[in-house]
Amino acid sequence: MKILAAMSGGVDSAVAAARAVEAGHDVTGVHLALSRNPASYRSGARGCCTIEDSNDARRAADVIGIPFYVWDLSERFHADVVEDFMAEYAAGRTPNPCLRCNEKIKFAAVLDRALALGFDAVATGHYAQLRTGADGLVEMHRAVDHGKDQSYVLGVLDQAQLAHAVFPLGDSAKPAVRREAAQRGLLVADKPDSHDICFVADGDNAGWLRERLGDRVTHDRGEILDDTTGEVLGHHDGSYGFTIGQRRGLRIGTPAPDGKPRFVLDIEPVSGTVRVGPHERLALTGVHGIRPRWCGTVPSSLAGPGVSVQLRAHGDEHRASVTVGADGEVDVELHDPAYGIAPGQAVVLYDGSRVVGSATISSTTRRDR
Amino acid sequence: MSTDPRPVYLDHAATTPMVPAALEALTAHLGDVGNPSSLHASGRAARRVVEESRETIAQALGCRPGEVVFTSGGTEADNLAVKGMYWSRRGAEDSRRRVLSTAIEHHAVLDPLHWLADTAGAEVELLAVDSDGRLELDALRASIERDPASVALVSVMWANNEVGTLQPIDEVVALAAAHGIPVHSDAVQAVGSVPVDFAASGLDALTLTGHKVGGPYGVGALVVRREVEVTALVHGGGQERDIRSGTIDTPGIAGFAAAVELCVKQQSEHAGRLSVLRDRLVAGVLQVVPDARLNGAVPDGEALVRLPGNAHFSFPGCEGDSLLMLLDARGIECSTGSACSAGVPQASHVLLAMGREDEAARSSLRFSLGHTSTEADVDALVAAIGPCVERARAAKA
Repeated sequence: MKILAAMSGGVDSAVAAARAVEAGHDVTGVHLALSRNPASYRSGARGCCTIEDSNDARRAADVIGIPFYVWDLSERFHADVVEDFMAEYAAGRTPNPCLRCNEKIKFAAVLDRALALGFDAVATGHYAQLRTGADGLVEMHRAVDHGKDQSYVLGVLDQAQLAHAVFPLGDSAKPAVRREAAQRGLLVADKPDSHDICFVADGDNAGWLRERLGDRVTHDRGEILDDTTGEVLGHHDGSYGFTIGQRRGLRIGTPAPDGKPRFVLDIEPVSGTVRVGPHERLALTGVHGIRPRWCGTVPSSLAGPGVSVQLRAHGDEHRASVTVGADGEVDVELHDPAYGIAPGQAVVLYDGSRVVGSATISSTTRRDR
Repeated sequence: MSTDPRPVYLDHAATTPMVPAALEALTAHLGDVGNPSSLHASGRAARRVVEESRETIAQALGCRPGEVVFTSGGTEADNLAVKGMYWSRRGAEDSRRRVLSTAIEHHAVLDPLHWLADTAGAEVELLAVDSDGRLELDALRASIERDPASVALVSVMWANNEVGTLQPIDEVVALAAAHGIPVHSDAVQAVGSVPVDFAASGLDALTLTGHKVGGPYGVGALVVRREVEVTALVHGGGQERDIRSGTIDTPGIAGFAAAVELCVKQQSEHAGRLSVLRDRLVAGVLQVVPDARLNGAVPDGEALVRLPGNAHFSFPGCEGDSLLMLLDARGIECSTGSACSAGVPQASHVLLAMGREDEAARSSLRFSLGHTSTEADVDALVAAIGPCVERARAAKA
């Protein structure tokens, strides 16, 4: 196959590209430039957006012995990912831009361009496994290394996208990938993993949002209310600085009467009111998902001992039953409670290790309601 | 990936292979000991090589040997000219703070100008060009005449590196000279391709570089009239008229001089051969891709309007970098002609200045021919460009 390897400059995508070459494919490396004004050097835990990362990717391609180019995806990325991220926060929701990037950029804009240019597939360093099922469709399964599994952020890929995806690392553990990188002479072997949102330079999401949403959102200031008593506990300067389940940084002077920590329970974007309360009030028994994305055949329902959902990246698996409505929307009943889940996050549906699909959480059902 | 081990190299404007005479002169001195500034026999021997090289270059370019200041290349020479002349002119008369240039200069001129504006009080005016990429002389005239006494210098490239359009240097010099304003020209692309005679040009300073004329990398020169004061950028041992300190690169300069001598000697024949090849390339590409657009001045018989080896096209509906990648995969090497030091291709400032839309600017490729180019190279491009354009269009749809 002719494979386009997306190379972030990190260790995973470098080893993925090397493995694709070793498997006998004709591989070309591409670094996706997602920012129009990249910083020179990496800082903190971001791993793909600086000139240094681009150079790391180029040097990895040299060592692997493949052609290398930089593709400018900055406009598409801004329109499809960054703008969406801001709009979602402005509406009081908590988006995951990595899923959005996989759905709209890596396996849409990049994949489409790659296919048109004569490539057969796009390879990335994501940890997930692909295999062909009995029905001939491509199935996506969790990675062998559950600690690194990234099937959650890939849960938005449909069959057409999966059919042209290659994930060479799905059968490997991260330490083994690092060792392999060192053996292959890749200088990125000990480069730190990236964690934070790549386009938020200093990792300060709230500050980043305040700078950009300051004018767009009228409620720069709002009240922090005790959800039980209705008492005003304090004020804040921008509800987009909060995420449901957040505990730190509330800056509430008076402690709760019971002495227990308080968490953000709800954000009302119109009034700017942020409601807080004790941890047990965060417990959810169900979520409703819109904008479903299916990896293969659309099920009418999912039930049984193997069915589970994951509600955030690196989050726990929750056993669940899922019903798909006539409108395609998804109702998830959780068999054990989940905490700190916010509208805007994705619910990814699993049958055993297989990803069935995903949806964007539009509302949640609390245990106490 | 190409099965042909020898790529079809159509990027001579980026760098051109070293000619055997230059390689020979370079390697002949690589093993020699002797700092040209040393006073002993070895030092004198090295100095002799440097001075003979300086005389060779002076002879080739119509200047005096003492007017050749060796630098590390074109970028340094441009920086030295623009900053050094601005500082000395401003130093002599503080009200001289305007610098007039064009919107299509190389970044080695544009960025120093912006830096002077940001940090040294320069008022930079980047004058408009026409749709062929040729400086609007009326704009220059108006700008000078608005207040001639406040102009520190004028800098206009001899030939544009992207679209190959030659600039009206004679007229620029005449306009500036009427008011005693010094003129610098970046002639990096011009030397060896079109006749360049420093004395006859009336210029005060001119930039050239080794690796564009078949010489080594890392060596170039600013030719600067003896009467013109240039403030140094690099201070130290006082070499090169105290304008450019640093131990003199004897082998590099020997190779550079050999290349300059040869390219100037062969200029006419070289240009004739390249323009025939270039016309074949342009006709071939336009036949296969009829809606491609040749950017820059259209070659017109004997009139000297464009570099003989330059063909620059916009391919509507394509991304230039998709096209570059597809051609590269077939072993055909060219350039999008835009600055991409950060790896992120920006739409060409030259095409934007010529009035092209951002979209057209991003759809462009530069093919540049040189001394090793053959009809087979051109024919290989013409054979490949059709399918590549078709594919690149599909990728953008």
